[in-house]
Amino acid sequence: MAEYKGVLICGELIEGRLTGISKELLGIGRKLADDLGEELSILLMGSDLSNAAREAIACGANKVYIAAQPLLDNYHCDACTEVATNLCREIAPSVFLLGQTDMGRDIAPRIAARLKVALAVDCVELRIEPDTKLLIQTRPVYGGNALAEVVSVTHPQMATVRAKSMSPLEPDESRQGESIPVKVEVDIETMKIKLVERIKQPIEGVKLEDADAVVAGGAGIGSAGNFAMLEELAKLLKGAVGASRVPCQEGWVSQSIEIGQTGKIVTPNIYIAIGISGAVQHIAGCLGSKCIVAVNKDPDANIFKVADFGIVADYKEALPAFTEKCKEIIG
Amino acid sequence: MINIIVCVKQILDPEMPPGKFKIDPESNKVIPPEGIPLVVSPFDEQAVEAALRIKEQCGAKITVVTVGESSAVNAVKHSLAMGADEGIVVEHIIEGYDSLLTAYILTKAIEEIVAYDLIICGREAADWGSGQVGSIIAESLGIPVVARTRKIEVMDSRLKVEHIIEDGDESLELPMPAVITVSYEIGQARIPTGWGVISAARKKIPSWSLEDIGVDLSQIGDTSSRIKLLKLFTPTRERGCQIIEGKTAAEAAANLALRLREAKVI
Ligand SMILES: Cc1cc2nc3c(=O)[nH]c(=O)nc-3n(C[C@H](O)[C@H](O)[C@H](O)COP(=O)(O)OP(=O)(O)OC[C@H]3O[C@@H](n4cnc5c(N)ncnc54)[C@H](O)[C@@H]3O)c2cc1C
Repeated sequence: MAEYKGVLICGELIEGRLTGISKELLGIGRKLADDLGEELSILLMGSDLSNAAREAIACGANKVYIAAQPLLDNYHCDACTEVATNLCREIAPSVFLLGQTDMGRDIAPRIAARLKVALAVDCVELRIEPDTKLLIQTRPVYGGNALAEVVSVTHPQMATVRAKSMSPLEPDESRQGESIPVKVEVDIETMKIKLVERIKQPIEGVKLEDADAVVAGGAGIGSAGNFAMLEELAKLLKGAVGASRVPCQEGWVSQSIEIGQTGKIVTPNIYIAIGISGAVQHIAGCLGSKCIVAVNKDPDANIFKVADFGIVADYKEALPAFTEKCKEIIG
Repeated sequence: MINIIVCVKQILDPEMPPGKFKIDPESNKVIPPEGIPLVVSPFDEQAVEAALRIKEQCGAKITVVTVGESSAVNAVKHSLAMGADEGIVVEHIIEGYDSLLTAYILTKAIEEIVAYDLIICGREAADWGSGQVGSIIAESLGIPVVARTRKIEVMDSRLKVEHIIEDGDESLELPMPAVITVSYEIGQARIPTGWGVISAARKKIPSWSLEDIGVDLSQIGDTSSRIKLLKLFTPTRERGCQIIEGKTAAEAAANLALRLREAKVI
């Protein structure tokens, strides 16, 4: 497969800056490119891309492909699929990585279908096999009960990467790279899917994915009102409230704070799971936390198998005392 | 009235107790736990639910299709018992990680069914969780797709859907025919009624072979020409939980806070 060369990343932006996952992708991408002895490139789509391009180079990219098109500022699945597929055809990368984000989940399968290649989603580990130079991809399957190690034989070898599973490089402004404009031949007006409106849930306080402390509640919390106790503790720890699926499904809390395989991935310093049984699909979202604390009245609950500290208690009795003591300690 | 095709997959129960989950390292396959029946992948069950709600709203004929071993007929029966009109089993065993092949076979089956305005899939199968099949079908048929939706509304020949995004959702409009994949936010799937189960049992469920639908495996190549499974294993994750005691729940909680301080986590 000599004609396929280099590692390409699909970058994502927020307010003109690279997102956290994009920097993580550049981090792992740099390592893979070095192991292959090839270049690392990134695709950026939107307008006003010069700041992000500089950031990308500082974070390890050799080349930045600039798809400058103001229409792409508002993410559009059809348009991004088109631009990324065309670039893959043109530059024929050996490896093409995207984030396991809204955009990655949407466009990666469509690009893979158009290129007729295999795609491994939600990878948590990627490495180059020294002999074959092929990409070995490790991903959780069966809800997190198992890990699968797969290798794509088709090129580009495509993967999406789970947030927070890779480390970004320390930005280095002295790194050099080049920006290359990409022709954008998409006309959003002719795209079949029309955006009617986009409703973003306002976030109060600390963003869940970025929080150093997460206080998460499950079915055991029992009602929307009881989540106030969790909010009090989260505020005290300068953290955010999260939930397992049940409270989201019941409408006690917003669906945007679900943690797990199908929700958000968090890696705080402390994750406090209250009234959560610890189903594999849930802990998939918090296993990367430095310290996991469980409060559950069932001593056999699975959550205690993955926790560092725990108490077996009714949270209604335990939580107020815990919050009180924390107040005392933190001052 | 519109024609809806729903793609469903039969899988191991994703909510089985973690202790029952075992892998055979020789074959790199999961050993089906005894006494735990296979189920319809939950998102696919919700895809059937989404189709039924459209049927109630504006009339529809719902055809359910699955690819799998012969016992996958049970996934179709379950969907018929929920209220779907017809079902088809394409008999062929596919590796769960070969999304391209799964989607290729389903696309051929859909073309064989001929009449479709809307194809609904679950956002991902709850075993291999690849989340690709719906999108690949759409690309193969050359029709639009929206993945991970919470609501589907039919307006004449167009669809209005709510697409879930990280911090909210967006409302999109697109023409039919189209593929839509649904997420759990669409709401609970209904439980089949006794009558539903009886009438489903009476229905004929045709079983198609790959030849019946014109699938030429040599054309797409076998799985190992795309992707190879090197290893399937259970991660080690026991952390050795320290249970903090106390005479009362409140005392244990206070001790926990002190212990966390000691460990410098708070
Ligand atoms: C394909 C798929 C994807 C999924 N994705 C996700 C996901 O991303 N995120 C997610 O969270 N789930 C997900 N799930 C669902 C998951 O399998 C579980 O059903 C869910 O996580 C259970 O939530 P829970 O722990 O809050 O509820 P339960 O399992 O009902 O546990 C409640 C716990 O609360 C305890 N409790 C009750 N009362 C009290 C009290 N007063 N004090 C202390 N403890 C108490 C109980 O002992 C119990 O352990 C998914 C499932 C599937 C099939």
